[in-house]
Amino acid sequence: MERTKAWKTFPFAKLERSGMEAEEMVRPHTSYLKDVWRAFKRRKTALVSAVILLILVVLVLFGPMMNPYNYYSNDYTAINSPPTAQHWFGTDTLGRDLWTRVWVGGRVSLLIAILATLFPFLIGMVMGGISGYFGGKVDMIMMRCIDILMGIPAMIYNILLIVVLGSGNISTLIIAFTLTGWMGSARAARGMVLQIKAREFVMASKTLGASPARIIFRHLLPNTLGIMVVGVTLTIPMIIFAEAFLSFIGLGVAPPNPSWGQLISIAAEVFKSYPYQFIIPCAFVSLTMLCFNLLGDGLRDALDPKLRA
Amino acid sequence: MADQVLFELKSVSKHFQVKNAGVLKAVNGVSLTIYKGETLGLVGESGCGKTTLGHTMVKLYKNDGGMITYKGRDIWDFNRRQNMNYHKNVQIIYQDPYASLNPLHVVRQSIAEGLEIHKLYKGKKRTERVMELLRMVGLNQEHANRFPHEFSGGQRQRIGIARALAVEPEIIICDEPVSALDVSIQAQIVNLIMRLQREIGLSYLFITHDLSLVKQISDRIAVMYLGAIVELAPAQSLYEHHYHPYTSALLSAIPIPDPEVEKKRKRIMLSGDVPNPINLGGGCSFRSRCPKAAKRCELECPQLKEITPGHFAACHFAE
Amino acid sequence: MQTLLKVENLTVSFFTQAGEVQAVRGVDFDIRQKETIAIVGESGCGKTVTVQTVMGLLSNPGRVKDGRILFRGEDLAKASRERLHALQGNEMSMIFQDPLTYLNPTMRVGRQIAEAYLQHNKATRDEAAARVLEIMRLVSFPSPERNMRAYPFQLSGGMRQRIMVAMALVCNPVVLFADEPTTALDVTIQAQIIELMNSLKSKIDTAIVLITHDMGVVANMAQRVYVMYAGRIVEHGAAQDVFENPRHPYTWGLLYSIPRLDAPGKGAMEFIPGTPPDLLCPPEGCAFAPRCKHAMNICAVRQPPKYTFGRAEHCAACWLYSEEAKKTYADVIEKRGNANG
Repeated sequence: MERTKAWKTFPFAKLERSGMEAEEMVRPHTSYLKDVWRAFKRRKTALVSAVILLILVVLVLFGPMMNPYNYYSNDYTAINSPPTAQHWFGTDTLGRDLWTRVWVGGRVSLLIAILATLFPFLIGMVMGGISGYFGGKVDMIMMRCIDILMGIPAMIYNILLIVVLGSGNISTLIIAFTLTGWMGSARAARGMVLQIKAREFVMASKTLGASPARIIFRHLLPNTLGIMVVGVTLTIPMIIFAEAFLSFIGLGVAPPNPSWGQLISIAAEVFKSYPYQFIIPCAFVSLTMLCFNLLGDGLRDALDPKLRA
Repeated sequence: MADQVLFELKSVSKHFQVKNAGVLKAVNGVSLTIYKGETLGLVGESGCGKTTLGHTMVKLYKNDGGMITYKGRDIWDFNRRQNMNYHKNVQIIYQDPYASLNPLHVVRQSIAEGLEIHKLYKGKKRTERVMELLRMVGLNQEHANRFPHEFSGGQRQRIGIARALAVEPEIIICDEPVSALDVSIQAQIVNLIMRLQREIGLSYLFITHDLSLVKQISDRIAVMYLGAIVELAPAQSLYEHHYHPYTSALLSAIPIPDPEVEKKRKRIMLSGDVPNPINLGGGCSFRSRCPKAAKRCELECPQLKEITPGHFAACHFAE
Repeated sequence: MQTLLKVENLTVSFFTQAGEVQAVRGVDFDIRQKETIAIVGESGCGKTVTVQTVMGLLSNPGRVKDGRILFRGEDLAKASRERLHALQGNEMSMIFQDPLTYLNPTMRVGRQIAEAYLQHNKATRDEAAARVLEIMRLVSFPSPERNMRAYPFQLSGGMRQRIMVAMALVCNPVVLFADEPTTALDVTIQAQIIELMNSLKSKIDTAIVLITHDMGVVANMAQRVYVMYAGRIVEHGAAQDVFENPRHPYTWGLLYSIPRLDAPGKGAMEFIPGTPPDLLCPPEGCAFAPRCKHAMNICAVRQPPKYTFGRAEHCAACWLYSEEAKKTYADVIEKRGNANG
């Protein structure tokens, strides 16, 4: 207001200034995450997928509490019942409520999927970070080891591990998936670390005397995180599928604990007579995998600075 | 100028093995001395090894030949504590202001990194120190919590300078600090670098490809071509008399922003490009483009010799 | 002389997530036959966007909001995509800063030049090959018969830039846009390319629009100069006038902040404080006012009009030259902002 008055009275007088005008930042302050979120919001399919996944998580957590049944007790009055008002998804051949079993099974499947993705990623990132940062002999030896490990087909390796560790519980599956899964992410992390390592801010930190641990954990790995998140999201569906497959062939979670793979496995035997028992868990497995894949795609686009500019 | 020697480089070499091609002699027998309080300009075209030399001096590479001493001690002979001290005293400013800051750290974190590593200034004092550094480079508190992508190139370069200054170094190696910036911003940064020298008595090794810029700020200038110093002289002396034909060509190639002056200038045109630096044979490395080249240049590699007091050139015909 | 291209009030904005970035805010310029003009400015001032728009290369999210681009009387701002394609590389062509990104790495350079030729001309293989040799000789390419079979990576930076020039000239364009043609090159190579382009002027009729930030290059090549700042032309005129008698404070700053070889020894340099404005929300008055030593109250709120000086259309948009300010600030104008000029 003041300025307006001054300019009307003395338009050609020297402008009074503090000297910092030209350094002023007019653009609103944005953080990296805010920026990513803004880009992500524009990708509708990814956003819808995220919402669906959120609903699924809520149902997995609270679904079993919504009716009076639990996942193991049998209701002999309603064996192989189709979906009804009492049993929303129907019951299986032993008269167990499928609604409850689908959500409890979902808990197991999702828990395995998330943990069996996160652990290998964390291990892989650290391994890849070390290998990429130190380079030379360390890198050569680590990468050759990974090459050899990756040469063994993962499924055979998984089955072997489960047989050795004893099948039937969740931790066995997670350990098996972790041991077979970290190599891929180690390779990915190493590739990215090699790229970031050449950037000048890493050199600057080195010339300030930073220790390797500081450089790896403060500069290199955080900068790979964005892409790694995409990797995690895209790996989860693969683990869900692998778990379903292992349960299907009887190496998964032991009954009566359900998982999605197990439900499908049991239902497959009676598929011709009671298709709903098979279709319902299948649909949830497919839906979850699809949503994670779409979410991963959306995240990748949102995190890519070239697409965001 | 106090005559205390900070850096002494004795025939330093750095060779890279290039896959299936041979040896790239990026730095090939460079000897230099840097005195306390001076600015030594190091000039050369892209690929001449000037950046490799700078990076070797901050221990990003290990030289394979020769010796680098800092205050009389070999820089590869330090114990852990001395090594940390070296990193505190010898800092570097990088060329690309877009790559030299961690995109995930706010300015405050970037500047405070050196303070954290060397455990300087604790708690509230550290914040105050960061603010003081921001003021020194012409930024203010409001900028402290912003991310690098919100700044312009010149502002980022100033943040890079503040980061280097934070640990109170004795010498800063400036690796093309302004060549990625616009002219109006270049002058700002150069003035800032010079002002800091006056205020806190820094020494600089100023690496650049721009002979007219280096003239504005250097006490002495070294001209580098294909891994070797071809001429070394006090700044004024170099512009008045240049003994190496490469220096002459370089000086005459720089356009002057004045059409009248340009019309009157005679230009020494160098034919061709810088030759491939891999597997260079013996002899003078400049001979393929040199207007004065003779048989002798093919056989014998010229050594730096003192032409006038303090003015060295590596050419058989210099006198 | 005949005016080939006349750009009037060109206004281009980029509609980004953050908002509308007003990259070009009403630019006028023209170019006549056989002439070399230079558009000078810092990065982000809109000089590249301006020529990209003229060439029809503006891409999303950029949009022409206003203005006319008259190429021999035809308004290209309204021209169809097909029409622009027919002009690109043919009657109007462009040289870019970094030849390596614009040359196909897997194709021999001779063939790339031939393709550029065959795109707009019906010719047999032999005719095209003959034309390639002719144009490579024109840009003084050493041993063209042998080198036309080279791949881009086998050539040095200076040679690649010569190939770019050859590709741009192969169809005998009427106007050639050169976007920072020497910025990526070393000084000794830059001198070679400048000499090449100057020597071409006597051999061909092409008019050249040089886009650069380097006043030294401008002094060597251009007859007329347009100085651009924050999406606007702030000063233009004959090169001689602009260099000898710069009028706009930004031009003063630009000229005096360049380190000069012929300046006396070590010392502080003239500089322009601060940073160019963010064109997402450009200042309401003169865009240079926040960085200008001589800014007046009016500069912060009102766009300055164009004032004309002396002979031959030397113009500057600055309030210092208004009737009211002229007398008060006579000494500033006289000393060109106190600089050592």
